[in-house]
Amino acid sequence: MFGWFVKGATSRVRTTRYPAHDETAPGVTPGRPVETTCDNELLAIGLAATCPTGAIKPAAFKTTADISRCVHCMACTRGENTMSWQADYRWAKWVGDNARRAARHRPFRKSLHIRVVDTGSCDAVLSEIKQLVKPYYNMHRLGFFITPTPRHADVLMVAGPVTSQMRLALLKTYAAMPEPKWVMAVGNCAISGCVFAPSFIANGSVAGVIPLDVQVPGCPPPPLAILHGLLLLTGREAEMPPVDQPLGGTP
Amino acid sequence: MTKFPSSELRNFAEQCQSFGPVEMLPQSDSLVAVVNCPSEVLKSLAEFLVHSLQYNFGSLVVEAPPNQWKLIYLFYGRENPSLVQLWVYLKSDHPRVDSISDKIHSADWHERQAEDLFGLVFTGHPRLGDFVLHEEWPEGVNPMCTGFSATHPVKEQVVDPAWRPARILETPGAFLMPIGPVYADYYESAQFFLETVGEDVVRMIPRFFFKYRGVEKLAEGQPWQRVLLMAERFSGTSAIAHSTALCAALEQIYQIQPPPRALGLRLILAEIERIRHHFAVLSDICHASGMSVPSAQMDILEEQALRLSGQCAGHRYLYGWVTLGGLNRDMTLTALDTIARETQLLAKASATIHSALQFTSSFLDRFEGVGAISAAGARELALVGPIARASGVRTDLRLMLPYGPYAQDTGFLAMTEPLEQEGDGYARIRVLFAEIQQSVKLIDATVAALPTGPVRVEAGGVRGQSAFGWAEAPNGAAFHYVRLDAQGCVQRYQIATPSFANWHGFHIAAENFAFQDFPIMMASFGLSIAESDR
Ligand code: SF4
Repeated sequence: MFGWFVKGATSRVRTTRYPAHDETAPGVTPGRPVETTCDNELLAIGLAATCPTGAIKPAAFKTTADISRCVHCMACTRGENTMSWQADYRWAKWVGDNARRAARHRPFRKSLHIRVVDTGSCDAVLSEIKQLVKPYYNMHRLGFFITPTPRHADVLMVAGPVTSQMRLALLKTYAAMPEPKWVMAVGNCAISGCVFAPSFIANGSVAGVIPLDVQVPGCPPPPLAILHGLLLLTGREAEMPPVDQPLGGTP
Repeated sequence: MTKFPSSELRNFAEQCQSFGPVEMLPQSDSLVAVVNCPSEVLKSLAEFLVHSLQYNFGSLVVEAPPNQWKLIYLFYGRENPSLVQLWVYLKSDHPRVDSISDKIHSADWHERQAEDLFGLVFTGHPRLGDFVLHEEWPEGVNPMCTGFSATHPVKEQVVDPAWRPARILETPGAFLMPIGPVYADYYESAQFFLETVGEDVVRMIPRFFFKYRGVEKLAEGQPWQRVLLMAERFSGTSAIAHSTALCAALEQIYQIQPPPRALGLRLILAEIERIRHHFAVLSDICHASGMSVPSAQMDILEEQALRLSGQCAGHRYLYGWVTLGGLNRDMTLTALDTIARETQLLAKASATIHSALQFTSSFLDRFEGVGAISAAGARELALVGPIARASGVRTDLRLMLPYGPYAQDTGFLAMTEPLEQEGDGYARIRVLFAEIQQSVKLIDATVAALPTGPVRVEAGGVRGQSAFGWAEAPNGAAFHYVRLDAQGCVQRYQIATPSFANWHGFHIAAENFAFQDFPIMMASFGLSIAESDR
């Protein structure tokens, strides 16, 4: 046992310095497609057609990308005409109504307890949530904790397209949480059903079942994006900044 | 590639004929034998395959009418590298066939699934009824049948009182403890009922498919490109394995062969995926036994593997690489060098942790003898992957049915499959550690010998109709069946996943154990529910 103590004590600190500093280590995020200028509308339409999920929208001299539909298939990064790509991770967005948004700070500025519910997610998004409590991201340092019981939870983190057979469990978990409570959809299948919608067996979005406050897009969203969502909820971070301000990270 | 030798095939045909009027269908691939088998002969022939010729039951594929029912029973050889398909045709108005699961236990869940989703009746099966679709699903509606809309939501029925197990232990002091479906912390959704009369759990009743997304139904009528997106994403931590298996099936239908460089790169990606998966399972194992330092050390390695994937492959879970005819893009020399270098470091670090754990008695005490599965049990339930190997049963598809990258001579065939005999939690841990070392060696050898050239061949028109593709996922053997129409749209898709096979066997590990061992057993199985529920 002493050996383990030494091993632990002599391992260097790995934890990211985000949010105080940007995380610039390679490989922390897959990045996302961003607004791209095109020479003409035809090229824009052609570029939009490469996307299998309709995440790219053509306009007169540009294309825009909706990250909450992008599944990171990278089809739009191949060929002659490609989307610009940005390796950032501040992807979370407030989608709840403004009254709730204005009220959110007071009780929740410092610390949050989180209950995770898996409503049919792939393993990968849960694995990214799991990384948050592990050495590299260690969200405990920011006052965020996973709790096993919804009775202690401030935030419900939902992953997956809300399958019919998990809907009741989701509703019961939500009902068991004390007020005030917040709901966060993690990953594109929780936001729009992604490749699993429309479906005979899945609802296709969390917002269709319980009121949603924050969405964290990505397939799966990297741990830093989920952390950004939590910080956004506590009012310690702002929403996704405009694209022309590059943030750390290598493409 | 190892072949089904024609003399053996003839031999096999003769043996089959002795069971009844069966017909061998000629196959272009000598690895595969297809037998047209009347339903009366099915059971005895299947029994012969499994119990005399040492085949594993792999999958049961159902093709629903308009014209007739077609059932494909897939078996793969443990001893001789070959696939046997038994085709059984049923009249469209007579959806009944004898159950084989009393003799071939591993077919049990496959039959229950087919009954629930297609409405096929397996006569003699004792436990048909709600399985994939729970009690809220209206009775008599079979979503996989032709004509049922994949996109139209179904009106659920209200069930009162709530579901309970059909049989429970009734004796003084008996207690039933439900866990899930909203499971602890950030784990996947599933439900377990633990029955106890005091300290020990005597029986465990699992309930799955809360996460059923109907991938196989959603695939129907979609172009294969769209189905490939789902194959990558239904179990995101095994994306390369499942997309490789699907593409292998598609490549047979299009009759193309990916270029050697693509095969080499597929191997590298698949092994990175395996390494990451095993790190994650080992971390959970350490965490479940309260070993926080080793668990954190494994977490560090896992995140390093994820960052390595992100840096060199552009995605932390390796999405967007495998496609029909090869890969979507090539990997740069720098990226390959980084992978070779970094995986060596990961292997070294994991070996250090392994040797330290071997001397940590408080760790070993929790795993030795816990959740043991005998070799006979593993064979009977056709368990796959690291769990079967920990019980001394060879099931590695990379060796047994060498596919794509592993059929090339990259030195893999000379490697030995890590095998252990005890079948307990500790044996599984040793297998996982050994496989990490083996994967790193494979990556190293492949990077060194990677040929240059294109990474994709263009597919012409659809040549065939249907095919099986397979891959050894981190959890074990995965079989994907696809049938395409002439336009390249998927008409039928069915996935047999390793987690499905192994969850079926979980109950033999979980019998008569102490309460506090339950998380440990779960962790040492390291299975994915997303993969099993689809
Ligand atoms: S990466 Fe794929 S899904 Fe995302 S925008 Fe590009 S083409 Fe669309």
